Amino acid sequence: MTKALLALEGVSKRYGPVVALEDISLAICAGEVVGLVGENGAGKSTLMKILGGVAAPTSGSIMMDGTEIRFANARQSMSAGIAIVHQELNSFSNLDVAANILIGREPRRGPFHLFVDQQQSRVLVKPMLARLRADFEPETPVAQLSIAQRQLVEIARALSLDARLVIMDEPTSSLTLNESNRLLQIVRELRDSGVSVIFITHRLNEIVEIADRVIVLRDGRFAGELARAEITPASIIKLMIGRTLQTLYAPPSGQTYDTGLTVSGVRTKCYPHQEVNLTVRRGEILGLAGLIGAGRSELARAIFGIDPMIAGEVRFNGQTIDVDSPGKAMVSGMALIPEDRKQSGLLLGESIAENIALANWSNFSSRGFVNTSSLHEHVLHQFTNFAIHAKGPESPANALSGGNQQKVMLAKWLPRQPKVLICDEPTRGVDVGARHQIYARLRKASDEGAAVLLISSDMEEVLGVSDRIAVMHEGRINGFLERKDFSEHNVLQLAIGRGTQREDVP
Amino acid sequence: MIVHKKDLGLLVLILLVGGIVALINPLFISPINLANTANLIGLFGIFAIGQAIVIITGGIDLSVGSVIALLGVLLVHMLASLGLPWPLVMLIVPVLGIMIGFVNGLLIVKLKLQPFIVTLCGLLIYRGAARFFTADATAGFGFGQSFPAVEWITVGRSFGVPHSFMALLILGALMWLLLHRTVFGRYLYAIGKNEEAARYSGISTGNVIIAAYAICGFLTAISAIFFAMYTRSISPSSHGNFYELYAIAAAVLGGFSLRGGEGSMIGVILGAVLLQVLQNLVNLLGIPSSLNFAVMGAVILFGVLVDSQLSKLKTIFGLTRQAN
Repeated sequence: MTKALLALEGVSKRYGPVVALEDISLAICAGEVVGLVGENGAGKSTLMKILGGVAAPTSGSIMMDGTEIRFANARQSMSAGIAIVHQELNSFSNLDVAANILIGREPRRGPFHLFVDQQQSRVLVKPMLARLRADFEPETPVAQLSIAQRQLVEIARALSLDARLVIMDEPTSSLTLNESNRLLQIVRELRDSGVSVIFITHRLNEIVEIADRVIVLRDGRFAGELARAEITPASIIKLMIGRTLQTLYAPPSGQTYDTGLTVSGVRTKCYPHQEVNLTVRRGEILGLAGLIGAGRSELARAIFGIDPMIAGEVRFNGQTIDVDSPGKAMVSGMALIPEDRKQSGLLLGESIAENIALANWSNFSSRGFVNTSSLHEHVLHQFTNFAIHAKGPESPANALSGGNQQKVMLAKWLPRQPKVLICDEPTRGVDVGARHQIYARLRKASDEGAAVLLISSDMEEVLGVSDRIAVMHEGRINGFLERKDFSEHNVLQLAIGRGTQREDVP
Repeated sequence: MIVHKKDLGLLVLILLVGGIVALINPLFISPINLANTANLIGLFGIFAIGQAIVIITGGIDLSVGSVIALLGVLLVHMLASLGLPWPLVMLIVPVLGIMIGFVNGLLIVKLKLQPFIVTLCGLLIYRGAARFFTADATAGFGFGQSFPAVEWITVGRSFGVPHSFMALLILGALMWLLLHRTVFGRYLYAIGKNEEAARYSGISTGNVIIAAYAICGFLTAISAIFFAMYTRSISPSSHGNFYELYAIAAAVLGGFSLRGGEGSMIGVILGAVLLQVLQNLVNLLGIPSSLNFAVMGAVILFGVLVDSQLSKLKTIFGLTRQAN
């Protein structure tokens, strides 16, 4: 093994009490392609932030060429030779290719170097594009480029900064098969010219094809690594899972019905060519698992009337229901607790009372006028009922912890006794104690006859709370799991687009 | 909820400024001056309330001044030239105002245009329409033409109080109820605070926003009637110029945030009061009237500065108290 280009020793990162990375030690050699895999929340993005200079490690050291370095900001990481090609591309679509590649370092001319030297820009950029065998010119506007081409622009930018380590975050997630193959070819050429690449992906066959080594993270820890010869999808998955999961499961104590919410042929803007079909029975909790970006939240928003559906139908107990707007969906007995509670759920500066009231004013008013006393009675009752920890119902929502904010959301929606309850990542950023209360509430709602759809990226939660699991992959339901088939392995298989049976077929 | 701390602070400031002016020039508290000032407060306050309703949603209406000119010109034309019965005219003008607001709201909500741009275009279009309609001539009532009933309603006084001021109090009370006591009012605030969360809560945010612009158009039309009858002659190129800025200034002084979601009805009315007191102060203290706008600007800047620094101090104080 040649001398390490980059080495991490005992790197940890904590956000308050939350451990995002714990004692990571790894080394990347020059001219090596390292695959980095792990479930949602395994710590990949935190690791990337640390290498990119965006976040500082809580402890541990980073060595480059054998000397210890610290990145105070992204610029320092860049000048050390690390470049990141982000999943959401950061290109300026209003500028041309050359301007994007040279931004901040434009060659200049004229008095006081006031003007950009367009000609010189082109001369500089042309060979970079040639090296990547790009099929566009330095003066092409970026707005005209496809996603794959924009990625090449980002890579060219990385190379123009003399990057010796390029980190690619799910670069193929929105590429076609052909484009992906070309990108893999470019990665190989980078390696041959001595550049190291960290390749983050959920597509395990790409790892098999390209990586010299795979590093697997799990729950913020180093779960293991595999050398070139040992890399198979099965061996990677084995490292990704293999933790002991707590059992949270509380079986339903109410009746489970045969019918409930049926979604048929629903297509959304993010995957316009994929149809979603699923049924959530009344009295059950259906977990909806999948990788981030699989289209789960978009599905939830479409069936609650936030985003328009391209096609499809929503029925409850066999009857078609109108979900043109959230208001209409609510009339049909639906409730959605959204993923981003700060952005879409709460009026942060307003009181708990005002937040609970927001979806329920029709119950606390007569002829359009607010009935303050009945509202206060209701809010006070829910405040104690949901055990919200705050000074009182008049405390503003932004003074609460994540768990208590989520309890406010439950107190807003659950007293409406929804027939269909959709919860999108209900325990993200929520402490353990509040988590269990939230699970108990979901179970209570389903026992009272609601059809509960639980969207969750937390494996423990999805396996522990659901009665059944639907797994989504790139805009469609890739499979359903009954409780007897519940395992991290099966969920993951379906989430990355495979069947549960064909374990070893690439 | 009934009286905000900010409103109380503004009231104190008004009394303070008024007291100082009265000490220097006792004319300030003479019945004639007070009645005149009250009349102006009424005229400017009514459309400032409309602006405030729009500002709560996070929007803005820049077309107010031009609408006052256009509707004023049309009012004079309908009364004086066409000879339409006055109750009909008093009905048509507010309906036109509501329609203008409705169109503004429709463009903003359905076509997703920015409020600033839509109403800036309105400012230009309605001003142009007013000038074209009269061929840039001043519109006014002919010699000896009088409409005793309308004049009594608009420029008359009862018990020495100008009717425009009474109209402000009545409309202000109604709008106070609407804003602070109805579900619609809660929706306005919710949309201003977080439109997305309001939508996720099942509120038809689009309809609420359109209604806000329509209400603004209605109140603007009411004040257009008062202005037209007060000035009796309308020069379409200058009538109502910058009035939208008076309205925005009154709202800002009254504690409204241009980001939306903040402010109270009492606040904006007190803001309109303070602006007129300042105008009056310039006249009574012998300050050159060219400094009129500069005084207003300085006071608003001072007010906003004090407010922001106070709330900063409060946060720091609150945090240290929490830490202890």
